[in-house]
Amino acid sequence: MNVASRLFSLMVMVAAWYAGSEIAGQRMMPGPQTVGFALWAEAQSGALAFHLGATLARVAVAFVIAMAIGTALGVWMGRSRLADRLADPWLVALLNLPALVIIVLAYVWAGLTETAAIVAVALNKLPNATVTVREGARALDRQLDEMAQVFRMSRWVRLQHVLIPQLAPYLAAATRSGLSLVWKIVLIVELLGRPNGVGFEIGIAFQLFDVTRILAYAIAFVLVMLAIETFLVQPIERHVSRWRPKAA
Amino acid sequence: MAFTLKAGAVGALVGPSGCGKTTLLRIITGLDSDYIGTVHLPDHGKLGMVFQEPRLLPWRTVEQNVRLGAPEATDADLDALFGALGLAAHRHHFPGELSLGQARRVALARAFAVKPDLLVLDEPFVSLDAALAKHLQEELAALVTSRHVTTLIVTHSMDEAIGLADRLFLLSASPAHVVGEVPIPRPREPHTAEELAKIRAEIARVSGKAGQ
Repeated sequence: MNVASRLFSLMVMVAAWYAGSEIAGQRMMPGPQTVGFALWAEAQSGALAFHLGATLARVAVAFVIAMAIGTALGVWMGRSRLADRLADPWLVALLNLPALVIIVLAYVWAGLTETAAIVAVALNKLPNATVTVREGARALDRQLDEMAQVFRMSRWVRLQHVLIPQLAPYLAAATRSGLSLVWKIVLIVELLGRPNGVGFEIGIAFQLFDVTRILAYAIAFVLVMLAIETFLVQPIERHVSRWRPKAA
Repeated sequence: MAFTLKAGAVGALVGPSGCGKTTLLRIITGLDSDYIGTVHLPDHGKLGMVFQEPRLLPWRTVEQNVRLGAPEATDADLDALFGALGLAAHRHHFPGELSLGQARRVALARAFAVKPDLLVLDEPFVSLDAALAKHLQEELAALVTSRHVTTLIVTHSMDEAIGLADRLFLLSASPAHVVGEVPIPRPREPHTAEELAKIRAEIARVSGKAGQ
């Protein structure tokens, strides 16, 4: 059923890849077997773990910073008209500033440091989270707010039981789109100014025209993302949504 | 607009739509502050409110909803309330799994669990079928009597008001004002046909007196 159809799609993908590599030639597009072996070799040598680890660490830190600040900002702007009017121009500017510009400026102003890298990534993701959470904050149910007020619920209770559950779908959306955005930008940041990580490795492979290496890291990357989605994000989402009436 | 409700009594605000019953309630509970005048409540009075909508947190169970509204309620309190309102089987259900009548009961349980000094109900049985509404009115009356809770209920149904209240406050619109008060003699139920007729006559008299 579900698993079977996914496996079938996967097999079709691999088959198409194999066919493509035969047509295009091993130099331009190495086949699955070549890349598979290269991937295995990288894993054996520990290089894969090292670079993936570095990238994952950057993703985690930048993501958390961007979500924390972005959420707070989004709630503030969603609940206060004044805040919204004041901060919106800044938000729109940051939202539309190309990722590359932010990264390059960060490196120019703060040097080729880890801090600059993380800040650049976080700044890229932040307006995205803010806009999404702001929508959630605008859509808050006033009736529940009033109920909480009459029952004299404490600030903490209201945050935990009234506000955050209402924001949950918006936080989920911001997380999903944000995580994939952060992944991509971390790679660029590593390519441009870091001595390790998947982006760095891909940069080296590019200079050496080592397509095998590029594809190997790309696949490892996608596999890790899928694992996070399947084993982390989806179970959390299911747990948080268990109060919803099931669709018929 | 002025009226007084004695401690332990059950008052009903009755009147047609638009005469300000809900607004009055919102002023009393502090939800609206745009008014001139004073509201006298007992110091640090605890409020229990039942809104027109159940207003339960959909992502928390029945029991969690009641506990969040009344954190000081003991397990024994909750057992008693759930038992009295027929909710024992639904303690760990989510509001999405309840019918409207059941959800209303949970809202009632939550308000009573607070052990309020003033219980306020805003048309709590509107849009329920007649049999269910009557049943819930009886449950409410039983709880109010046994716990001696000062209660203020807003309703547009004269029957409901007569059935539940010690005192009716008749409201009229344009401008919103209290037309008069009608005391309902105890015992509250069951009123005989004669008593009902007398009450209705008194209501008509008070309403007529004000030329409404």
